[in-house]
Amino acid sequence: MSFSREFREYRKFLVALVVLALLSPLGLYMPRILKAGSAWGEWGVNEIRKIAGYAPAGMERNANLWKAPMPDYGPPSGENAPLSRQGIFYILSGFTGILLCGGGAWLLGRWLAGEKK
Amino acid sequence: MHIPDGYLGPPTYIAAYAICAPLWAVAARKIRRTLDARRVPLLAISAAFSFLVMMFNIPLPGATTGHAVGGVLIAIAVGPWGAFLSISIALVIQALLFGDGGITAIGANCLNIAFVMPFAGYFAYKIISRVAGISSGKWKAIAAGIAGWFGLNAAALATAVEFGIQPLLHTGADGRAFYAPYPLSVAIPAMMLEHLIVFGVVEGLVTGLVVRYLQQSRSAWMLTPAGEDTSE
Repeated sequence: MSFSREFREYRKFLVALVVLALLSPLGLYMPRILKAGSAWGEWGVNEIRKIAGYAPAGMERNANLWKAPMPDYGPPSGENAPLSRQGIFYILSGFTGILLCGGGAWLLGRWLAGEKK
Repeated sequence: MHIPDGYLGPPTYIAAYAICAPLWAVAARKIRRTLDARRVPLLAISAAFSFLVMMFNIPLPGATTGHAVGGVLIAIAVGPWGAFLSISIALVIQALLFGDGGITAIGANCLNIAFVMPFAGYFAYKIISRVAGISSGKWKAIAAGIAGWFGLNAAALATAVEFGIQPLLHTGADGRAFYAPYPLSVAIPAMMLEHLIVFGVVEGLVTGLVVRYLQQSRSAWMLTPAGEDTSE
């Protein structure tokens, strides 16, 4: 009983998260349409070479320290993939984020709050 | 605002990890003491919510992008320590899976986005509410909106300072920077202007509107503090 009541209380939030994930490609397409570049301080090495005139040595060495499986919420092939494919990966990233962040925080919260009883 | 790998030198990113580690432990202890089981799902929703909000890149046409975080809203719902933990989870997943924020910079990003923002915003919300003697829901929502704006800007300032001290710490004999190349005099105005005028305003609107919605919904209990001492 308490579970179903809890579920009802939170159902609208879960729906809201799903809607946000489905709308998330706005965050991919709007900057493209309006020709907005990277966030300040988040340029790639090639970008910074253009902006500053050189690539700082430490930055060049460490920028690719980590190979993320879905870089920038896109396909592993990166920015050259067709825009529609990037949009699909963006939505997929959104749902992956809901599952992993929600699942991780839920487990952590249960573990911490559960110890009180 | 997610600092990538290669922008901060080891002294800065190691210091940030060293500051975050005990804070995470304190947060776990606070949550253990004060979080009621009813709010556990809220912690999960908060982590997922901030992850998604950060995907909505807001363009400044022809220039750069930025995004909201939801950090102050989350701090109001689950307390600032709960916000610190849930947003930290989102930031770790963003770095590991999506390369948004560097691996070396996870400590710094958690410090700025998951700690500075919720705490600055949460205390701004408390102070505005108290000083203005606010009791009406509408004004509380407005106070929350202002606190959201303030919180995001506090995080932007912390980030700008971390960027800006890099040339001071690491510049070669040839005058070239090793890591982030822009000094404080460039980093702070560049980061603050866009956050004060645009991204912070979006954050404030999201915060105020969701608080207003929650006040009028059956979930208004979420806005009452999760055990007052979470704020200490």
